[in-house]
Amino acid sequence: MNQFLKDRETQIVTKGKHSAEIACEKKSLAGSVSQRACVFCGSRVVLYPIADALHVIHGPVGCASYTWDIRGALSSGPQLHRLSFTTDLKERDVVFGGEKKLYHALCELIDKHQPKAAFVFSTCIIGVIGDDVEAVCRQVTREKGIDVIPVMSEGFNGTKKDGYKIACGALSKLVGTDDSYKPSKYSINILGDFNLAGELWILAEYYKKLGVELVSCMTGDGRVEQIRRAHKATLNVVQCSGSMVHLAKEMKEKYGIPFMKVSYFGIEDMSDALYEVARFFKDEEMMQNARELVREEISQLLPALQPYRQKLEGKKAAIYVGGAFKAISLVKALRLLGMKTVVVGSQTGNADDYKLLKELCDDGTIIVDDSNPNELSEFVKLTGANLFIGGVKERPIAHKLGLGFCDHNHERKEALAGYVGMMNFAKEVYASVTSPVWKFIK
Amino acid sequence: MILRHTTKEVKERSALTVNPAKTCQPIGAMYAALGVHGCLPHSHGSQGCCSYHRSTLTRHYKEPVMASTSSFTEGSSVFGGQANLLQAIDNIFGIYDPDIIAVHSTCLSETIGDDLGQIVGKAKDDGKIPEGKHVVQASTPSYVGSHVTGYANMVEAFIKYFSFNTNEKIRQVNLLSGWVEPSDMREIKRITEMMNIKSVLFPDTSDVLDTPMTGKYQMYPKGGTTVDEIVSMGNSMKTVAMGEWCSKKAAIMLDNKCKVPFSLTDIPIGLSATDRFVQALSTAGKVSIPDSISEERGRLVDVITDMHQYLYGKRVALWGDPDTLLPLVEFLVDIDMKPVYIVSGTPGKAFEKRMAEVLGEKVPEAKFKNGPQADMFLMHQWIKEEPVDLLIGNTYGKYISRDEGIPFVRMGFPILDRIGHSYFPTVGYSGAIRILEKMLGVLMDRQDATAPEESFELVM
Repeated sequence: MNQFLKDRETQIVTKGKHSAEIACEKKSLAGSVSQRACVFCGSRVVLYPIADALHVIHGPVGCASYTWDIRGALSSGPQLHRLSFTTDLKERDVVFGGEKKLYHALCELIDKHQPKAAFVFSTCIIGVIGDDVEAVCRQVTREKGIDVIPVMSEGFNGTKKDGYKIACGALSKLVGTDDSYKPSKYSINILGDFNLAGELWILAEYYKKLGVELVSCMTGDGRVEQIRRAHKATLNVVQCSGSMVHLAKEMKEKYGIPFMKVSYFGIEDMSDALYEVARFFKDEEMMQNARELVREEISQLLPALQPYRQKLEGKKAAIYVGGAFKAISLVKALRLLGMKTVVVGSQTGNADDYKLLKELCDDGTIIVDDSNPNELSEFVKLTGANLFIGGVKERPIAHKLGLGFCDHNHERKEALAGYVGMMNFAKEVYASVTSPVWKFIK
Repeated sequence: MILRHTTKEVKERSALTVNPAKTCQPIGAMYAALGVHGCLPHSHGSQGCCSYHRSTLTRHYKEPVMASTSSFTEGSSVFGGQANLLQAIDNIFGIYDPDIIAVHSTCLSETIGDDLGQIVGKAKDDGKIPEGKHVVQASTPSYVGSHVTGYANMVEAFIKYFSFNTNEKIRQVNLLSGWVEPSDMREIKRITEMMNIKSVLFPDTSDVLDTPMTGKYQMYPKGGTTVDEIVSMGNSMKTVAMGEWCSKKAAIMLDNKCKVPFSLTDIPIGLSATDRFVQALSTAGKVSIPDSISEERGRLVDVITDMHQYLYGKRVALWGDPDTLLPLVEFLVDIDMKPVYIVSGTPGKAFEKRMAEVLGEKVPEAKFKNGPQADMFLMHQWIKEEPVDLLIGNTYGKYISRDEGIPFVRMGFPILDRIGHSYFPTVGYSGAIRILEKMLGVLMDRQDATAPEESFELVM
């Protein structure tokens, strides 16, 4: 394996071969073709789906251009989040500071759009030139009477994961600011669903059938008013734990709201998510509703999956995604399709995630943290995978290698959550793996 | 109606850009470097920059795009990024084994004052650059210019590093391609071959970002201008530089350093610009224009005359890079269309002057703006004041197209939601036919879709 960076050896283990724990949460090596992004990216992708808030990027134009509407986080109402606002700093501003520019930009935007709140993202350069973004935000908050929340997400301040934490910090400034709301007895917040391809709407429907009220979703199809009263909910249900667990922990400390980690991908995890909530509320009727829902969905889904399973049985998959929790669900979902996971990795997994992954996977599975294209293509060759699950940068590599591909990051166009999502997943995997095009490769 | 927020009244803005018609320098530097054989672009800054640029280029070309990053941390931003870059150079040659690393800076590394030249010098002194391998560097702060500036800076950096005049003139012409698609690079080479001119095209992303499917993944595909070719550019007879914003800097560098005179011409988009390009080639290569090229031109003119009735007087709004917009707007004027609104986020004084020349008295109502606040919001406001029949520009126009119901032809960078740009050229005479085809396609589709029953016809 001389293809690999020597210093990365501890971040790659093979189940059954290495007994050591995988090293993770390390900074990427300088010079690596890492698939990871920065703090700003982490904050931006988490907060972006709050549709009635203003999102202003303070810095040179690039950070705003690259994040302009790149994530399919759907909104059932306002679309303000899909526009790209930036102070577009120039050399002069870098020398003399950009505070005034930010102040004027914010005032102009708030006057024009009357948003419910504003988030101001601080980029690399702001951290270096030392603009007092917090002071500007305080001033505009005072003058305009809306919350203008600084998001101190300078890119170099860590990894994408640190950006999640900062986004949670920004959200927590809104949470708890509306005390007047009285939710029903059984109420939850969904944390860490971004409503890609309308997934939140599927989940909301399930919870409604259980008799659970959704107070807020952070942050998919998000609304500022809902986030303000999120502390009134009885339970926090956290999906993308990598991004949102910080907020859940904080809300537990501050407001005494317990939280549970769930996943909505695959039959097993989706059903568990519903049962866990019903179990939490200790309500027999709710549990009955959950059982019925699961029974009904599965009785339709399983026979429908059968033809796909027959074709996919024994095929091998390689997974490289952002969050490790998602990878865990994927291993299970693939197993349901008769497929074996031979490579699995994530950009931001922690020790617990990897421990769980290792337990779950078969012997011989390569588990990897913070990988790069060289490694990934080598692993695929080594293991003879037929499918790659990843994000935008992995797709063309997988295709060049002659593999089927399924996007499980924020560029996917199909809802993959819930029972209908499992069906979509099966169809997509099937279509890609069995595509006739693979027979034309020389 | 995503753009419901767009107001009709245009108000002067000083502090705010809304929906930018540009992006920042490093992505241009990355694209230019990918046009060199065996080269790995390297982003000296935080990981996010590199990740965003790779994602955007991947989305546009649907191809693997490789680049490494210095992975800045808080420590690097305080103590400087020298240690990161030195380690990066060591790791990259050790593992990814490129022939060349093309380092570009970011707003972060520029502002903390990293001197790329000095750091690369130190890497050399420390023996971190293996024999026969190279590290080229360009300064590309994100708060100056745009992605086009970054492209120009990286092309210049390569010329500055490699090209050398050994006083042995070669019968060859340098072609600085400008920021065009791999398909366009291929077309430029085809035209030059038709004229029987030996040439070096630089950069050249054909066979890098449009590679065939083989079942193998190659980190360094077969395409790209080779080091030997770039070196030899110093001994060429002449340079034909396409695009003032993209290629002029490098042309001047070649002239100053190697005494290779240049002629600056537009990227050959449309009829007049291709005429001038072919003329420039013929002069530079000291050859006459072959019949085969005149015939291609003739076919283009034939299509224009055949289709004039559908095109004349149509009002068009365009956005993109200055080097693409100038010849494209000229082409529209040539075929009797009315390019009325034009924005380019890329700054540069020459834009307004040249655009005024191109539009001249023919389209006196035209509005055009470049630089700060020349963004898609302004474009939309203009369109709301008085609508147009056609939009031409990169993917970001799709919001306006949908909200206002205007037919839309995608051209420029980035195109994230269609394919074809990598495969079918829009330069040269045959490229111009493709532009016509695309415009006619969307205009006629609209006519078919909206014509009342009694006016709906088979023959158009």
